[in-house]
Amino acid sequence: MKLLKGKWASITVPLLSVALGLLVGGVIMLVSGYNPIVAYAALFNGIFSNTYVIGETIRQMTPLILSGLAVAFAFRTGLFNIGVEGQLLVGWLASVYVGLQFEGLSPIVHIPLAIIAAALAGAIWAFVPGFLKAKYQVHEVITTIMMNYVALHVVNAIIRTYLLAPGERTDQINASASLQSPFLESITDFSRLHYGFVVAIIGAIIMWFLLWKTTTGYELRSVGFNKYASEYAGINVQRNIVLSMVISGAFAGAAGAMEGLGTYGYMTVMADFTGVGFDGIAVALLGANGALGVVLASALFGGLKIGALNMQSVAQVPTQLVEIVIAMIIFFVASSYLIHWISNRVSKRGKI
Amino acid sequence: MKKKYGFMLSAVLAAGTLLSACGTNDANNESSGGGSSEGGSTDFKVAMVTDTGGVDDKSFNQSAWEGLQQFGKDNDLEKDKDFKYVQSTSASDYQPNLSGLIREDYNLVFGIGFLMQQDIQTIAAQKPDAQLALVDSVAVNEDGDPMENVASITFKEHQGSFLVGVIAGMQSESNKVGFIGGVDSELIKKFESGFKAGVKSVNPDAEIFTQYADDFNAAEKGQQIAATLYDKGADIIYHAAGGTGNGVFTEAKNRAKNGEKVWVIGVDRDQHEEGMPENVTLTSMIKRVDTAVIEVSKQTMDGNFPGGKVTEFGLEEDGVGIAESQENVSEEALQKVEEYKEKIQSGDLEVPSTDEEYEKFESSL
Repeated sequence: MKLLKGKWASITVPLLSVALGLLVGGVIMLVSGYNPIVAYAALFNGIFSNTYVIGETIRQMTPLILSGLAVAFAFRTGLFNIGVEGQLLVGWLASVYVGLQFEGLSPIVHIPLAIIAAALAGAIWAFVPGFLKAKYQVHEVITTIMMNYVALHVVNAIIRTYLLAPGERTDQINASASLQSPFLESITDFSRLHYGFVVAIIGAIIMWFLLWKTTTGYELRSVGFNKYASEYAGINVQRNIVLSMVISGAFAGAAGAMEGLGTYGYMTVMADFTGVGFDGIAVALLGANGALGVVLASALFGGLKIGALNMQSVAQVPTQLVEIVIAMIIFFVASSYLIHWISNRVSKRGKI
Repeated sequence: MKKKYGFMLSAVLAAGTLLSACGTNDANNESSGGGSSEGGSTDFKVAMVTDTGGVDDKSFNQSAWEGLQQFGKDNDLEKDKDFKYVQSTSASDYQPNLSGLIREDYNLVFGIGFLMQQDIQTIAAQKPDAQLALVDSVAVNEDGDPMENVASITFKEHQGSFLVGVIAGMQSESNKVGFIGGVDSELIKKFESGFKAGVKSVNPDAEIFTQYADDFNAAEKGQQIAATLYDKGADIIYHAAGGTGNGVFTEAKNRAKNGEKVWVIGVDRDQHEEGMPENVTLTSMIKRVDTAVIEVSKQTMDGNFPGGKVTEFGLEEDGVGIAESQENVSEEALQKVEEYKEKIQSGDLEVPSTDEEYEKFESSL
């Protein structure tokens, strides 16, 4: 049980939590009259059995990675960015807008331009709570939550007023801004896999580099550990709070670009939040706020979500069950203290 | 402790082999089943994908599923094997869900709701052999022509809405009525235009308030809007707002408890019971998604898949109309409804389905 402590904890706690989460999910299935073995087999098949679902899983992972990075980045500076969802929406809209507006550009220019626009939009959206926090100590959890609703309705209003095409959505973006790829589609039996996963991986590398290899990153993390000590050491805490929110928002905006330029190629009038931003919180938590951890956690949650569709179709288990499993995993990660405590008890007993 | 680890390890390994065994097994089935489906000799299998409302939305998803169940019963099909539904949690699930059912060799796959149009079009283009059906919208290819392997099903909601509009126009005491729409869209505009035309036809002086909730699933919003409209003096509200409409019933029932006399007109299904026990449902505009689903399934099973066609269900096909619960509707109003029904069916009356058509209609009165 030493594995649950020390430097291994950041790996074993998530793994154990995942196992426990799946176990609880299985028990709930049993209680509700489903066969957990059949269901989990279907879930497993729904992730790996053919190239289509593998492609869809990676497609599902892509925005999750970026939204997870957004949450994790802010966490590192001690900020809870609950507004990833809203930043993602404005980023999505910005990317689609750029994708629609410029014609005749080379993809080499157009795609980065659209992604940068999305990141910028997300950054601006996150700047507001960051500024309020730094200047007036307004709690960022409250402002970011509120900004989500503002984003949802502003984005809908803009689409309705300026960009509306038949079917409650914008037009399809120009091909030069699209991340979609006939090649990737052809090797995955027409899944919606697109080149966004490259962007997401680059995002993860950027985050790791920024936080661990630059002075700015050192300052950001230092503020996260102890802002008073940081201030005493001559670090501008206010500036770092704003900066952290802005970078976090940029990741979130880029996540929106993945949907706008990759999965859909357009934006619909949203009746509700996408949930990708909120799932980012779970991803960051399970991934222990590290770049690699976020990628792995996204793979798990993306896989579970895509596998759930097959589980529903084959074993008739509602997809909501996977949400329960995810919630349980987060619950166990968050209560790793509890796990520590139990493991301590167990190891003590083991000695007797 | 070592023993425990050993046990866990073997359990994990066992589970792994089990799972992977299932995996290969299923993959084989799929690849071997792929070829035989087009022969037509295999048993008929039909499935549907709901939008995010789910099969218990008390509205068109539910109605579609009721139709499919009826079809399964009539043809001795086995639930979850020969006919089934798959629910979508978010818009990004539509494509994997549709595509998954096609790979499971379903002969006919329904997409319920206009929100699925783009996804159906994409998949129909990728899988020319698949037979798909789209409810509430028309699937078109890049040239704007209906797609050959998609049966599009639409309803003349404006006709049904016209009839409930007639009832509202006749029975409003304050001469003010309200309309609450889900999301401002082409589809819901059909409800609105038809309803307004119906009201104005029998009661030219009536005032009509229109408001959209921007949401099909927000009962609390529906309740707020209903409160606003009732406060403005409307005594009858027609909702075309799916789950949002449930809030309209809540508000009406609260007011009825306090002695106010207000009515709601339901939508999609007979929503009489939604208004109980205060009995606030005046009537409902029914849209027989179930009939449409059964009809298209039947045709497909008989080898007459209506692909590339737009099947429109209107008054004539009994695809739309007023609900069977008519205890709250006055004799006079019912007579008027019959009168207008004939006019619409004979073609004497063209019911408007868009804002422009309504404006023309209104000025011609």
